[in-house]
Amino acid sequence: MRKSIIGATFLMLAGIAPAYANLNVFACEPEWGALSSEIGGDKVSIYTATTGGQDPHLIQARPSLIAKMRNADILVCTGAELEIGWLPMLESQASNAKIQSGAPGAFFATNFVNLLEAPAALDRAQGDIHAAGNPHIQTDPRRILAVAKPLADRFAELDPANAAIYASRLADFTARFQAAIAKWQAKAAPLRGTPIAVQHLSWVYMEDWLGLRRIIPLEPKPGVPPSSGYLAQVVETLQKTPAKMVIHAAYEDERPSQFISEKIGIPAVTLPFTVGGTDQAKDLFSLYDDTIDRLLAGAKGKS
Amino acid sequence: MKRTLLAVLLCGTAISSAPASAADTDLAAIKAQLNALDHEYRAKIASLEARLKKAEADAKNAKVSATAAQVAANSSATAAQKTVAVAQAAPATEPSPSQTVLARTPTSANAFNPAIGVVLNGFFAASSRDTDNQPIRGFVLGDEAGLVPRGFSLGESEVNFAANIDPYFTGQLVLSISNSGAANVEEAYIATSGLGGGFTVKAGRFLSAIGYLNEHHAHQWSFSDASLPYRAFLGGQLGDDGVQVKWLAPTDIFLEFGAEWLRGDSFPAGNGANEGKGSVTAFVHAGDDIDDSSNWLAGLSYLHTRADDRNTDGDIFNGTDDIGIASLIYKWAPGGNPTQRNLALSGEFFLGRERGSFDGMPVDLLRSGGYVQGVYQFMPRWSLGLRYAQVTPDDVPAALTGSALDDFGHTPRATTALLEFDTTEFGRFRLQYTHDQSDLKPNDEILFQYTVTYGAHGAHRY
Repeated sequence: MRKSIIGATFLMLAGIAPAYANLNVFACEPEWGALSSEIGGDKVSIYTATTGGQDPHLIQARPSLIAKMRNADILVCTGAELEIGWLPMLESQASNAKIQSGAPGAFFATNFVNLLEAPAALDRAQGDIHAAGNPHIQTDPRRILAVAKPLADRFAELDPANAAIYASRLADFTARFQAAIAKWQAKAAPLRGTPIAVQHLSWVYMEDWLGLRRIIPLEPKPGVPPSSGYLAQVVETLQKTPAKMVIHAAYEDERPSQFISEKIGIPAVTLPFTVGGTDQAKDLFSLYDDTIDRLLAGAKGKS
Repeated sequence: MKRTLLAVLLCGTAISSAPASAADTDLAAIKAQLNALDHEYRAKIASLEARLKKAEADAKNAKVSATAAQVAANSSATAAQKTVAVAQAAPATEPSPSQTVLARTPTSANAFNPAIGVVLNGFFAASSRDTDNQPIRGFVLGDEAGLVPRGFSLGESEVNFAANIDPYFTGQLVLSISNSGAANVEEAYIATSGLGGGFTVKAGRFLSAIGYLNEHHAHQWSFSDASLPYRAFLGGQLGDDGVQVKWLAPTDIFLEFGAEWLRGDSFPAGNGANEGKGSVTAFVHAGDDIDDSSNWLAGLSYLHTRADDRNTDGDIFNGTDDIGIASLIYKWAPGGNPTQRNLALSGEFFLGRERGSFDGMPVDLLRSGGYVQGVYQFMPRWSLGLRYAQVTPDDVPAALTGSALDDFGHTPRATTALLEFDTTEFGRFRLQYTHDQSDLKPNDEILFQYTVTYGAHGAHRY
């Protein structure tokens, strides 16, 4: 309510006729849909191309996605090759000049944060690696925040009539999110230094944020499903260097994690990974609430 | 370029004293962070300063300095987070990654090289009868409609080069090398990348957008070979020189209209009839999601071709072909996540009329055909497929009895089963069995095939 009053005031002050044309946002992943909604409010209409139940690496370039991209004013995507298997196909079929790479309507979040785990050498024998670094930045809310301002700026660039609204919504979101981050960090303080096993290398930014210590991934190489032989090695490693829990994203097959959980007797923890990954993770705030709740439960031995 | 500028600007605003170049800005940022951390992380600082010195020494070489500075910046960011951990009272946003964003500047001339991808595939085939020149009764076959030869053979090897030409065009070159070593330009086209209004124009040599499978390269097909109607009506696949215009309607569901004007060298056309503009096509595609898990695509296509002295194994045809194709594709994956399990069902129906003179005899043939297929990935990496295909020839005039167009009262059909194993999305092995009744006597064929792709990561068509 207060937000809309501020927004309305800004509009009146600026003497601009209320903008009727919404920005059409094509968000590749739910976290960017959620962030676009925080920044854009009712000035943007958002289509989120994937759900928390889907693997963002492997999305089919479905006809509906082409239709939605044709009408988009801006793409809000992760970048860093996360969507390389499907986004270029959509872009080439959508024949929409606004969202071609290089255009202001092509917004890639990873262009605004420093990426970790950039491989020293590019060789697919190392599995499905990403040349620019690990793209799963949304597991660290500080990196979401780093994307918020450039996104608000981009909205303003594309829709100058509502620039003041985007700026004020950004300020409001930043304040609320910073407070939430401080709260999450305090709550997650006991997790610092906790050793974990991970199913896919999706969590480096969360590990970095919360000070979790990754012992071993369950995939021998990124994107390569573990064989039983490799899982036996993982068990051996975890017997020597114990982990408190094994974590995997909601969209992933939970069997490798369950197998390790049963063998070692540590909980397998399902994390939402993105908005909509679990029933509790409804927006960017509840996403980290739920993530930390689940990690804390895991650290106490509950799955 | 614009994005690079933006990133540079961000760096500039983050640091009060904005030096001239991006590299200088980065170095200044690193120095500032080093100072702040100095008293707590002396050991860390020493190593960072060493890197920094190295970076400074290399500063004239923009490429080297950019890389090193990024490494240093990442390290110092990690160090800063450790500080947060120790202090526990640090502000929530520290370290703000946006303040350490670096301009990622491609500096090498090679950075503009096109994306290059390679597709290799090979076969081992065993069959109860020789597959060489095996006919589909009632149809003459184009040059590329043949079957995989018995024994070991190399399938078509493909090299593709793709890049944006400028902000307005993209270019694509696909060279295929047959197992005899003959190189062939399979596709070489330019296409508009954002003409606006939903229009796309393509010119050059390309695979026609008629039907569903036609626009897919052979290595993207769900089975190891083309189905009977594609072989009988289109000589395997229709690719020709010409122009294509497509328009994507601004609707919520996918609705696309298109037309092509082609040279007319590709079967069933022949010899670039009508002064090298012998074939036209028109098509409409529509598709949408049903729910999170399932979606569909449908298409109606029309192809008109002319042939001037088309020669198929000595048979000469002059005349026209009119072919209509109806396609329907349905895909399902639980929750839209195809990694564990997914199903793809598709079917296409062909109706073709061929009129003209065949070896000097007037013909007017109305023929049809189709296939239905399903491929089910029942667990990660493993898929099973089943395909049934059939073509229905027409009766020929008495004078052509015993010719290639004579069906001998036979309806050609084939049933195919497939088992596929994928190592990753780049490596694939197939075992395919076909009970082929396209000739009067059935042929049982077993194919082993590997297909690998490497180089640029191509995006996958629906």
